[in-house]
Amino acid sequence: MDIGSLTIDQVRDGLRARKFSSVELATASLQFAREENPKTSAYLTFAEDRALEAAGRVDEKLARGEDPGPLAGVPVAVKDVIVTKGLRTTCGSKLLASYIPPYDATAVERLEAAGGIIVGKTNCDEFAMGSSTENSAFGPVRNPHAPDRVPGGSSGGSAAAVAQGTAVVALGSDTGGSIRQPASFCGVVGVTPTYGRVSRYGLTAFASSLDHIGPFGRCVRDAALLLQVIAGRDPLDSTSAEAPVPDYLAHLDGDVKGLKLGLPREYLRDLTSETGDLIAQAVDSLKKLGCEVRDISLPATDYAIDCYYVIATAEASSNLARYDGVRYTFRSSSSATLSDMYRNTRGEGFGAECKRRIMLGTYVLSSGYYDAYYLKAQKVRSLIARDFTNAFAEVDAIVAPVSPFPAFKIGEKIDDPLAMYLSDIYTITGDLAGVPCMSVPCGKTAEGLPVGMQILAKHFEETRMFRLADAFERAGGAHG
Amino acid sequence: MKITEEEVRYVADLANLKLTEEEVRKFQADLDEILVHVDRLKEIDTSNVEPMAQVLYEAEETATLRPDRERPGLGSKLALANAPLSGAGYFKVPEVIKR
Repeated sequence: MDIGSLTIDQVRDGLRARKFSSVELATASLQFAREENPKTSAYLTFAEDRALEAAGRVDEKLARGEDPGPLAGVPVAVKDVIVTKGLRTTCGSKLLASYIPPYDATAVERLEAAGGIIVGKTNCDEFAMGSSTENSAFGPVRNPHAPDRVPGGSSGGSAAAVAQGTAVVALGSDTGGSIRQPASFCGVVGVTPTYGRVSRYGLTAFASSLDHIGPFGRCVRDAALLLQVIAGRDPLDSTSAEAPVPDYLAHLDGDVKGLKLGLPREYLRDLTSETGDLIAQAVDSLKKLGCEVRDISLPATDYAIDCYYVIATAEASSNLARYDGVRYTFRSSSSATLSDMYRNTRGEGFGAECKRRIMLGTYVLSSGYYDAYYLKAQKVRSLIARDFTNAFAEVDAIVAPVSPFPAFKIGEKIDDPLAMYLSDIYTITGDLAGVPCMSVPCGKTAEGLPVGMQILAKHFEETRMFRLADAFERAGGAHG
Repeated sequence: MKITEEEVRYVADLANLKLTEEEVRKFQADLDEILVHVDRLKEIDTSNVEPMAQVLYEAEETATLRPDRERPGLGSKLALANAPLSGAGYFKVPEVIKR
């Protein structure tokens, strides 16, 4: 058994054929994850007891001849902004370095009910704010393909864990590209579902109108199955959708003949030449599969970054107000008054990027600026969503690059916030419109750095997106 | 210039965020650069556009409302478990009002 390349199907078959037990697999996975972790720092916490207990339950069910669930025995890594009852959840922040949540996120509850085994919690940018995982209070994550480079962010630990093989699948969160961009940098599949498809209950809030939980996998099938398990209405998140969850796997039939795809010209302007070449080859390979690819325009794209950094920071400044030293573990040690305690706790506890975003968000919401920034940005957001509605009247799906460039060097952009923000230029539009989107590996640069292709579809049309991604993957990506 | 150091201090105060003088200088430069970029929003005509108050999908207006039923809360012991300081079933904080 090559533990680093296991798929969900292989885990299921192996358990059924009694090649290994769930406890044996969990033990081996944890040992492998511990051995590999110094290379990447993908994990912040290992969940030994919880994993072995869950695996024991799977083995008992198998012994009794019961169905152990669609994720039975599958090692899963969970981004550390998603709360796990009794298991430390830091959000990559000094403020929550010792925080033990009193409840499980709905996505966590569902994946464990399906037999999934949580092996650990993964490193990320503080409160999911960043594009490189360098903003973690616990040190950066390294890209498994190039240790001097970032894995992307903010779900860099989850992407790296799946890429290095220490988990079969992982949960991440995406507010402006935090699943797709690291998936693309690490050469794995990453999915941002339709807004409302997965409950946000237990996802530490960054920007509530933009936050999504989504899956990572080494293949489309695995990511689709994890989404299947966690998707669906949850009364504990009133923005979660009632829409029934289709059987995603039943539609992975490779048949994409006649599918109309749009290639938005605004997404092709600032690509490095290698990323541009790989996307062009990917388009050729999609045409060979029988898709019809046409040039389209999403004109409001040019304003997406500005729109996003107003709305996301405004919501963040409000959501992060709760970290004031009263309820959540960290409190500045010497403050004479309540007001000093708030100010000192937040000043000492938050890292630079969180402070910058709290400041920007507070500024754009402050008296006299609301109309010029927040209201204006909400109107531009409508235009960005309208672009997608118009495009999907003509095409079945949109294909685009995920990022203008492959993984950059650790330290390269950390002192230039605007340059860092611009690395999300092609991913934030999907979040702003709330449409499902994903990154699927498309090839590597001469240096061996992975590049991802993005697929976007209409609200709740994950099925079509997965079918296309799966067909593309089977055909060998851009080199097919 | 879009924002001055004095405004940075004012905003930090609104956000209950204690900043060092070095941070004030750094954030003035950072925020200024970002706000200049964000100013591009003014270029786009939104005169007949409604703000996007929430992410919409086709559903009835009341589709996502749950019945307002009582359910058990966390309980004070669990709720206080992560508090830096607590006592007698309450969160403890520095003095608010002088006796």
